[in-house]
Amino acid sequence: MSDIAPKELKIVGFLCNWCSYGGADTAGVSRFKQPPDLRIIRVPCSGRIDPLFVVKALLNGADGVLVSGCHPRDCHYSDGNFYARRRLEMLKRLLPFLGIDDKRFHYTWISASEGQRWQQTVTAFVKRIHELGPLNLKEEKQS
Amino acid sequence: MRVGVFICHCGNNIAGTIDVARVAEETRKIPGVVYATTYMYTCSEPGQEEIKEAIKREGLDRVVVAACSPRMHEMTFRRTVEKAGLNRYFFEMANIREHISWVGEDKEFNTRKAIDVVRMAVAKVMQNRPLFSSSFKINKRVLVMGGGVAGMQAALDCADGGLEVVIVEKSQSIGGMMARLDKTFPTIDCSICILGPKMVDVAQHEKIKLYAYSEIDEIKGYVGNYQVKIRKKATYVDWSKCTGCGACMEKCPSKNAYDYFNFGVAPTKAINIPFPQAIPKKAKIDPNYCRQFTKGKCGVCAKICPTKAIDYEMKDEIITEEVGAIIVATGYSLIDMDMLPEYGGGRYPDVISGIQYERLLNASGPTAGHIERPSDHEEPKTIVFVSCAGSRDKSIGIPYCSNFCCMYIAKQAILTKDHISDSQSYVFYMDIRSPGKGYDEFTRRAQEEYGVHYIRGRVSRIYPKGKKLVVRGADTLLGTQVEIEADLVVLATAVISNKDAAYMAEKLHISYDTFGFYVESHPKLRPVETNTSGVFLAGACQGPKDIPASVGQGSAAASKILALFSGETLESDPAVARVNINACVGCLKCVKTCPFGAIKEKELRDGRVVADVIETVCAGCGVCTSTCPCGAIQLQHFTDNQILAEVNALCLI
Repeated sequence: MSDIAPKELKIVGFLCNWCSYGGADTAGVSRFKQPPDLRIIRVPCSGRIDPLFVVKALLNGADGVLVSGCHPRDCHYSDGNFYARRRLEMLKRLLPFLGIDDKRFHYTWISASEGQRWQQTVTAFVKRIHELGPLNLKEEKQS
Repeated sequence: MRVGVFICHCGNNIAGTIDVARVAEETRKIPGVVYATTYMYTCSEPGQEEIKEAIKREGLDRVVVAACSPRMHEMTFRRTVEKAGLNRYFFEMANIREHISWVGEDKEFNTRKAIDVVRMAVAKVMQNRPLFSSSFKINKRVLVMGGGVAGMQAALDCADGGLEVVIVEKSQSIGGMMARLDKTFPTIDCSICILGPKMVDVAQHEKIKLYAYSEIDEIKGYVGNYQVKIRKKATYVDWSKCTGCGACMEKCPSKNAYDYFNFGVAPTKAINIPFPQAIPKKAKIDPNYCRQFTKGKCGVCAKICPTKAIDYEMKDEIITEEVGAIIVATGYSLIDMDMLPEYGGGRYPDVISGIQYERLLNASGPTAGHIERPSDHEEPKTIVFVSCAGSRDKSIGIPYCSNFCCMYIAKQAILTKDHISDSQSYVFYMDIRSPGKGYDEFTRRAQEEYGVHYIRGRVSRIYPKGKKLVVRGADTLLGTQVEIEADLVVLATAVISNKDAAYMAEKLHISYDTFGFYVESHPKLRPVETNTSGVFLAGACQGPKDIPASVGQGSAAASKILALFSGETLESDPAVARVNINACVGCLKCVKTCPFGAIKEKELRDGRVVADVIETVCAGCGVCTSTCPCGAIQLQHFTDNQILAEVNALCLI
């Protein structure tokens, strides 16, 4: 991991069980290498993700949060991800008001067969968080 | 609380890149964890025994297994802890294989990550509550979508097993693609001769109800209790009166209708019966070509019909069927030859697709089994077959192999020689893929016995030269350019998913891959199940496959349903939403957001209105939980507290 700083940062991933968690599994089975910073929390559906989970994670010490669900119109629960999309887009716009750079939060859609896409998403997001550095709420508020 | 943690080596899969001993050591420091150990293969029988013994020996009341993905073995270990007397929901899995050891290269980083993930699982399991499933009644009827060979096999097996079956077929007759084939490889058996009796069995089986020329409009419900709305499309012929005599077809003056059954090899009549063995053998009017519809007058068929079956005013009819399980066997499509301009597909009449050639070879086809060039009806002498026409071609978005073309090209080349003894066939191929039983011998027979000339290389261009077509390509074995002047060119066009595959997937709540093929539950071990319980896959809708594989899958799907329906009831998943009526303010936002209509309002004795979950209908997505403004409705096993416990276990250290 030459392009990653020696100490990993704290990144939380919320993944829906049916698509993205499966996609992350597919990436594992296919041995698509990824940076080590992300820790994944499995939820049944991206619609289960309360935006406050993301806020809580960031306020409690996470440096970035990644959310991934099924592609729109491919949701295991028919339209849970549409609810997720509204809430998470709202959250993204709200984060700067909390003094958090909205680049620290990303939501995307990855299916269970898209292992490679998962690898690319994780790698790009982790790189982005490393560029931003650790989240220091006091400092970010001042800047 | 006494949590036990079992960390799996998984041979070298995990222990190779994670220091499992250190993970165990660190785990023991977590408050609540009283026991942590490592094991070579936790999922093995002795591994599971070890968990059961430890539960008793150490008095554990919660268990965490750090191993592979819970999508792989969560059920296995839930059963293990249940056998040891714990509630199956007092168990969590930490995924340290797919998400850590297989994707991270650095042992130090991996070990730290594994410790974090185990800590999160421990935090979650300590928040878990015991859950108990209830049983619900099931409707033991089966819906089969698609009447091709896979769907027919599935329907027959289910029906023979005593289940009532409803088949919904999009086109006018069952039989699917196999009904269009002339012969089948590698035995050169007559396709319709082996399929026809099966079709008749379907038609005559007392347990099978067939809706031909029908589509699925809506699917509601859940495993064991589906309501399906079927649209019987208007055929403009009353099928209860039609005897299939064919008099209408003979007299119909509109002779230029597109022939869907024959893939447009030749035009057909506006009222037609697709082929002699059609089931049901009933006529249908194509309103795009019928003069009564296009010009407003004609009525020839109505006059000629001896049973007065013609009804120009017919409308689509909606029928509701109740079933308990669904087999999806919707089959495949082929790419349009227009996608291959370099081969002149769609521009030169004598460049045709493999399935069109199949119809030319067939005795019930438009040429009565005589091979003719579509342009001048002359007998071709030099025939070039181009394999991988679109398949294995990233540039047009089809990187996969279409599975059966190599074999049917060999078959068609053999049949060509049988039909025209002085003909010469050439096959341009990338690789000959013939891994089935008797398949390789068959392609060799084509070359050695029938003198088919196989050229390894791709065709770069096809262009007309007088009456002939020049096929220019490379012979990569000889390292030369080849040009063949052909009378007829047959393209083995790539297999693609149906146009409406994604649309159907949405109705069924199943997933599909980038190419529109439906995704099975596990690529190796659950090949006919989907992730939606009660919905099964058969045939080429899951990926290109030949007849034996499709038939095998059809039977497999049927056996899965027979097993599912072996009892009178099914167990419900207790991980559903639950309302705390003391906290519910009765805003009923959850009622509006629930994708399944599983929440109803309920009036309490004191007149207060609260939300109420219908447990069997709730699918457990948790959209309601994140909608509820006061945290009153909680998805069990994924409550706010449980998820936040994981977040805090990771962040607050």
